[in-house]
Amino acid sequence: MKQANDLVFSSPGPDKIYQEYLDKGELRIQYCDSCSKHIFYPRILCTHCGSRNLSWVKPSGNATVYAVSVVNRRSEKGGPYNVVLVDLDEGPRMMSKVVGIDHEALSIGMKVKARLDSSGDKPLVVFDQV
Amino acid sequence: MSNSLRAAAAFVGAAVTCLGEAPGLSSEDIAVQASFQALTEAGLTTQDVDAVFGALPGNCSPLSGLLLAEIMGIKPKFTDNSRTGGSTFLSHTLMAAMAIKEGLCDTALIFYGSNQRSASGKLVSAVQSFPYEADYKPLFPITSYALAASRHMHEYGTTREQLAHVAVSARKWAQMNPDAFMRDPLTVDDVLSSRMVSSPLSVRDCCLITDGGAALVMVSAERAKDLPKKPVYLLGGAAATWHMNILAMPDLAQTAAAESGARAMKMAGVSNSDIDVVELYDAFTINTIMFLEDLGFVKKGEGGAFVESGAIAPGGSLPVNTNGGGLSCVHPGMYGMFTLVEAIQQLRGECGERQIEGAEIALAHGNGGVLSSQITNILGTEAVL
Repeated sequence: MKQANDLVFSSPGPDKIYQEYLDKGELRIQYCDSCSKHIFYPRILCTHCGSRNLSWVKPSGNATVYAVSVVNRRSEKGGPYNVVLVDLDEGPRMMSKVVGIDHEALSIGMKVKARLDSSGDKPLVVFDQV
Repeated sequence: MSNSLRAAAAFVGAAVTCLGEAPGLSSEDIAVQASFQALTEAGLTTQDVDAVFGALPGNCSPLSGLLLAEIMGIKPKFTDNSRTGGSTFLSHTLMAAMAIKEGLCDTALIFYGSNQRSASGKLVSAVQSFPYEADYKPLFPITSYALAASRHMHEYGTTREQLAHVAVSARKWAQMNPDAFMRDPLTVDDVLSSRMVSSPLSVRDCCLITDGGAALVMVSAERAKDLPKKPVYLLGGAAATWHMNILAMPDLAQTAAAESGARAMKMAGVSNSDIDVVELYDAFTINTIMFLEDLGFVKKGEGGAFVESGAIAPGGSLPVNTNGGGLSCVHPGMYGMFTLVEAIQQLRGECGERQIEGAEIALAHGNGGVLSSQITNILGTEAVL
């Protein structure tokens, strides 16, 4: 029975921990101490090896744009905006947006860096061109 | 033993109904109508059915198998309304074949019905928004497919013109299908100049939003011989899923169809060159290009040039989406059923002007989520058993 209890995950869950870091102004992702790989989005088990030995680490923030779409929102609703997938240098992929850039200039392969945008209701991870 | 399901079960009824607009009907009504048509052509009634498979759109009962059985007065021994998105039904065929082969049931009905166009005018989906994406306001599901298209264009030089050829080819097939919803002429320029929604995909790169329903009836191969319709056999089927949300898709230019297609063809004992007609889940133009590649009909990266050559249009070397597809025939939210019905009707030789002469083997391919669930079925006539 003791062994079974050891397998029970204790709260708080990974989404909550991630959000708590963001609320403190920090982007953290998970690192697997068993297989030495990073993962995102936050989870209980490593998606590479199935281990539960995940710790929270600070990524460099450096990333490369992997895929791009510009949503053609009508101008009266705020105009077009971009949605990107970026590959963090540590490996994991995130959805985000690249800020302060013309849509025509935004391209796959572009080097970007993460920062937290706290201007909205909640902190949001966005990327700037470097 | 891996081929034990090959031709264990056959389709003896296949029908579509209410393609386009069906005001005044509920999704359940449309599913029942399709079921009635499929059972009737099979020489059966609701009272012969002892297994029910199927789905309804996201705003209907998730327990749709129980609901449809009750509505039709069926008391099934086996019910499966599990969902994998629009590909769902290509999994249900496999489950039905297994249940029939193992003697758990004799007559399986698979249903779908949707009134999404008349009821809401929008795609009705069961997918819930995902917090690690939703903050960036991707349009669901088009932005996910647009991101994949951007990646395919980046890696392989695929162009918007090539994407447009997918829509134009589908429209040419639709013009030969009296039941198709969109039959007006469509040119590459029309597609390129249509309103951009989520780049690089414009309105005409997107499937229709229609009402519509379809139903299939499956029985054992042995029993199929005694029923009125020319039997079409399920020769192979396989599913593969590598992700749910687009941020978790390992390679946005490569789908799990590479795995499902290879396994389904192995079970069926066929190769690409044996396949006479191909029905792909074309929710967006990029799907057709990626599935042609991932299913092995062309080399990876050559799908764009292939469709640009006219190869998948009427008169081309590979008949693809002969009903007009989700782009021009019908797309009531979960299109997978319609790939199967068109494949079956082609193999029965019932497709009139768009009939592929001598079609004996068909591939139907379903897609669910955002390129997430990939399920391939291989169907064949008695001539290829």
